[in-house]
Amino acid sequence: MRFEEEALALSDQVYRVARHLASSRDEADDLVQETYARAFRSWRSFTPGTNLRAWLLRILTNLNIDRGRRTQRAPQTTPLEANDYYLYDKLAEADGGADEERVVERLSQDDIVSALSAVPHDFRDVIVLVDIGDFSYQDAAQILDIPIGTVMSRLHRGRRILKRELAESVLEDAS
Amino acid sequence: MRDAPQDPCAHCEEMMQPYLDHILTEEERVEAEHHLDECDWCRRRYRFEESLRTYVRQIVSEPMPSALKQKLAALRIPLN
Repeated sequence: MRFEEEALALSDQVYRVARHLASSRDEADDLVQETYARAFRSWRSFTPGTNLRAWLLRILTNLNIDRGRRTQRAPQTTPLEANDYYLYDKLAEADGGADEERVVERLSQDDIVSALSAVPHDFRDVIVLVDIGDFSYQDAAQILDIPIGTVMSRLHRGRRILKRELAESVLEDAS
Repeated sequence: MRDAPQDPCAHCEEMMQPYLDHILTEEERVEAEHHLDECDWCRRRYRFEESLRTYVRQIVSEPMPSALKQKLAALRIPLN
C-alpha cells in the first residue's frame, strides 16, 4: 500500500485524538488537514515499519503547539484534584446503591466534553492520547516529547482532575 | 514499602489506577486483589472506574466528518 493510503486509513483515529486536543471542531478539522498536508510532503522522513499513527500524531501535536495554543494555557496554579473515589462517592450518594454501570450513565456527553476541556492542556494531552486514542505510554512520551514517567504521573493526576471536574458539573446540574 | 500502617481502603484507592493500567508489581497486584476479594466497598469503586474509562472513550469519540475525509484524500500528491 502506498504511504498516503496507509496514512489515510488511520485518519479516523487521528481525528478522534485531534478533536479533543484542539479546542473546537473547526480547529480539529484544520489541524487534521494541515497534519496530512505536511505528512504527505514529508513522507520521506517516515521510517517504514515504525508506528505511523504515532508519527502522524507527533506532527499534529507540534502543529497544535506552533499555532500558539500553548499561549492560552491554563494559569500556572496547581489544578484541583480529587481522590480517586471522589466522583463515585458523589454520584452514588445521589443514586443510593445503583450498580456501577448505571451510575456512570448519569454523566452526559456534555458533562464529559466540558469537563475534559477544563483539564489543563498538559494533563489533557496525555488523557486524550492514552485513554481516548489508545496510545501506549511509550508512544505518548514520544509524541509529546516528554519522559515516560511524566506521561504516567500526568495521566494519573489528569484523571483525578477530570473526575473532580465531572463531580462538579454533576453537582451543578443537581442544584 | 510503606513506613506506617495505613487504612487498607485508602491504600487500595491509591493502587486503583496502576492496577487498572496493569503496571503494579506482582506483589502489589496480589495485595490489591486480596483486599478487593474481601471489600465490596472498594470493589464497587474499581468497577466504576473501569466503566467510567470505557464510557468516556465511547462518549467523546465523534466520527470524522465525511467532508473532512474527502479533503484529506484530495491532499494526496499525484504520482507522475
